Amino acid sequence: MVIVPQLVGVVGLEIHAQIQSKSKLFSGSQVRFMSPPNSLVSHFDASLPGTLPVLNHRCVEAAVLTGLALNCTINKRSLFDRKHYFYADMPAGFQITQQRIPIAVNGTLVYNHFEGHKWNHGMTKSVKIKQIQLEQDSGKSLHDEERSQTLIDLNRAGVGLMELVMEPDMCGGEEAASAVRELQLILQTLGTCQANMSEGQLRVDANVSVHRPGDPLGVRTEVKNINSVRHLAKAIDYEIQRQMKVLRSGGTVINETRAFDSKSSTTIAMRDKEGLQDYRFMPEPNLPPLFVYETEDSVPAGVDSAQAVVVERLISCLPEMPAQKRMRLVETYDIQLEHSFTLVNEEGLVDYFESVVQKTKAKPRKVIGWVLDDLMRNLNLHNLNVSQSSVNSRPSVFTLVFMSSPVSEEEKASFAHPVISSSGTSLLSRIFSLSCRSVIYEVNFICSLLLVSPLSPEALAQMIDLIESGRISSPVAKQVFQEMWKAPELPVEQIIEERDWWMISDVEQLRALCQRIVDGHPEAVQLIKGGNKRVMNKLIGEIHKVTKGRTDPVQVVAILEEMIF
Amino acid sequence: MLGLSIKEVSQALKEGRVSATELTRKCINQIKKTSYLNAFITVTEESAMEQAQRADKRLCTGKPLGPLDGVPFSVKDNFCTEYVRTTCASNMLKAFPLFWVRAGSTDGAFGPVRNPWGYASPYREQSLEDPDVDWVITGGSSGGSAAAVAALCSFLALGSDTGGSTRNPGSLCGLVALKPTYGLLSRHGLIPLVNSMDVPGIITRSVHDAAAVLRVLQGRDKKDSTTIQAPDTPPSLPELFDIRDLCIGIPKEYHAPGLSPDSLAQWSRAAAMFEQAGARVQEVSLPHTRYSIVCYHVLCCCEVASNMARFDGLEYGHRSAVDTSTDAINYEHYFKKAQQMRRLISEDFKTVFNSGVDVLLTPTTLSDAARFADFIQEDNRTRSAQEDVFTQPVNMAGLPAVTVPTALSSRGLPIGLQLIGQTLQDWKLLTIAHWMEQQLNFPMINFHTDSNERGEQRERTPTAA
Repeated sequence: MVIVPQLVGVVGLEIHAQIQSKSKLFSGSQVRFMSPPNSLVSHFDASLPGTLPVLNHRCVEAAVLTGLALNCTINKRSLFDRKHYFYADMPAGFQITQQRIPIAVNGTLVYNHFEGHKWNHGMTKSVKIKQIQLEQDSGKSLHDEERSQTLIDLNRAGVGLMELVMEPDMCGGEEAASAVRELQLILQTLGTCQANMSEGQLRVDANVSVHRPGDPLGVRTEVKNINSVRHLAKAIDYEIQRQMKVLRSGGTVINETRAFDSKSSTTIAMRDKEGLQDYRFMPEPNLPPLFVYETEDSVPAGVDSAQAVVVERLISCLPEMPAQKRMRLVETYDIQLEHSFTLVNEEGLVDYFESVVQKTKAKPRKVIGWVLDDLMRNLNLHNLNVSQSSVNSRPSVFTLVFMSSPVSEEEKASFAHPVISSSGTSLLSRIFSLSCRSVIYEVNFICSLLLVSPLSPEALAQMIDLIESGRISSPVAKQVFQEMWKAPELPVEQIIEERDWWMISDVEQLRALCQRIVDGHPEAVQLIKGGNKRVMNKLIGEIHKVTKGRTDPVQVVAILEEMIF
Repeated sequence: MLGLSIKEVSQALKEGRVSATELTRKCINQIKKTSYLNAFITVTEESAMEQAQRADKRLCTGKPLGPLDGVPFSVKDNFCTEYVRTTCASNMLKAFPLFWVRAGSTDGAFGPVRNPWGYASPYREQSLEDPDVDWVITGGSSGGSAAAVAALCSFLALGSDTGGSTRNPGSLCGLVALKPTYGLLSRHGLIPLVNSMDVPGIITRSVHDAAAVLRVLQGRDKKDSTTIQAPDTPPSLPELFDIRDLCIGIPKEYHAPGLSPDSLAQWSRAAAMFEQAGARVQEVSLPHTRYSIVCYHVLCCCEVASNMARFDGLEYGHRSAVDTSTDAINYEHYFKKAQQMRRLISEDFKTVFNSGVDVLLTPTTLSDAARFADFIQEDNRTRSAQEDVFTQPVNMAGLPAVTVPTALSSRGLPIGLQLIGQTLQDWKLLTIAHWMEQQLNFPMINFHTDSNERGEQRERTPTAA
């Protein structure tokens, strides 16, 4: 009997990462996320005739840094090409990209994939990066369906993008999601891209096909319109299942572009690709080859050293990468690997953790629980960030689309509800005062100042020290933590003092307490005396109840044993 | 006064023998007087006069902005000048603190430009017809710029040269027209035709003038990434120059079909002149020349389609027939091959120059200027294939070339010859061109008396403009 292997999915990603830079790739216009429409548009961005591209070296450096972090070979000479297609938000009729020789090639992205969300079943995997190319972003089309017109915003036109093309090395949605999460961390650590998918700084398209291992790759579809890592996993898994179903029922998969619909968690056909589109690629005649130099010494005379992109210089300023950081955390603090993942995933959390560890006498292993469980639970509950720095680099932005009519109270409430706590309302009212415009436009608003952890690492360290020195018990500490959260301005001692939460350490007081319990439970005492030591726990529980956890169980047992035996 | 060289007029301005305002007024009057030539689209009279006053103040205090301060000039209308002040910031224009007019091009919406030499005595005396019927073209596409300089309306003009658009009208209008090395002059602000071949061209009445303008305009511009550092350039061309060390190449492939006997005769005359003066004159071969014009047209179509998309985008509903579309197969088969051929053409020049040739001497055009009535008999493609046959190989290779007015044809119209130099050797090229110019004694334009009256009549009846 011949065993036919099962169908498996094959996934490759194409990722557009918006370069974090002050100005655009080929013009001096600023790059800013929440500016009024068409306020960041130079003559070049608007494709006025007679304008020419001038390469922004900061964007080149960002691409080289990213290439280095992804173990790419950096091409010492790369070229720019024109890719022609007509779209209203791309006024030149072509996009400048790097088709023939991109800036970086042949890299790998190493990531950890956890089967079924189980941290202890992690596997280190890697996906090959075929190339990283520099290219221009397009503008944005805003469709006003009511007036059936399309408005063009060129603020984004010409912003630098890094297009990362991955080889089809992955086989499922979760794997792709893990890879993208790791990539996000790397880009954010480098500061080359803010990498927020919902804000469009990172756009991921998935090429999906299915085949039987050993057979040639199947016909692939490209899935677009994916705006979160979670959706990426869902879209890919849906698409794999869909293609398998098509094949099993004797059909054929069509080479097409499909869009992910987040409401139904399905993919929907957008357009077929069978009629090969001709982009009429040709060299961009207005840009000479882009040179990157290996060392300071290899910069030729006549080239402005400050303008030159030097690999050696960039390597020296590569920050600690997420994988290195996790390794260091595990080795230095003797914490578990999965904990290092959680720490690194949340921007600013490593700093917070290390800061607490430094300020307390407790072992890092005792700190980790407080940071990962108690702190994170509270932060998530209140939708807050760990630190100001993480807020600045990854703003919590929400988008409001206003019509020309004034916004109703109901609408305001629905906008306001999920994002902003009561203290944010005055800021909200400021936005609404802007709302009576005759066109649809977007207001992107950063409510950063409100969204920071109220509990400082110092305060947490102080509290942990109190547990370590036996001055408060662990169960009490949980309550202390919540009180500190509510009133971060109060010293921790004052909170404990006011509520009388100090541990009972006076032996006489403890003895009196124990005596009362022993006297109150003669049957239990008899049983213990008879050899049933398990009943002792009942007495300990009683004492715990009476003192609201302010006793040390070891000490209590010692006293009880002394009294009973 | 209007017929002076830039050097002379600049000296007169510095010494106060003429003021910039006076000079500008004279130019504006001459523009009005020759308005029948259709050379100008826009005359910025008011701002020109204002700027002339400012130039006068600077000249009075002995602090001119440069050697061209106060000298009126014209600009081909494909340089962005919509906002007067901001375009002055472009490298192309900041060197000229004075004034510009916008010169038309041959096939523009403003009607064809007429060649001033068609109104000069040598031609008019032979013509039996009305000058409104029997007039000759300037060539193009920088025809307006050439006409402006030839008709003494300005001392210099900027054109653009993609395949010969500066040299061709320069030659037909009896002028010096320089196409500099690609990248020596900034294209910022120049509306592109074929980016990889476009260069701003310089049109003057003498080689000295062209050199003076080149010196001011050349060099690196941050806003044009394809510009290069200019080589060191002395303040002016040497007056005495030993021609005996030179080798002049005569490319045999330039004996093209359709070359007029007059042009051929002038070509031979100039070659003999060099030889008699002691230079080595030798026949050379540029074997791929005959493919150049076809290759040029392919590249032109591709880059033009790319550059012009911004004006046009998609024409909704329009579908080109397969054979006229720029679709996939055409790009692979034509664009790539043309690029490869371009490399071979460029290599041809290199080989010849490496063999010891200093400059190449060729005709600039097949013949003198055509009558408009004859010119319009041919379709545009045929016309431009004829016009650019000697000029476009230079653009393919990025080399500098200059046309020098040589003599008048039997019809009384100018004939020019082209000198082609090596990359970045523009100054050497002009030095040789200057020597040649000195030997040739090309006549100054002399308008026929009827033509002068014609201008004055027009001036009195503004509706005729």
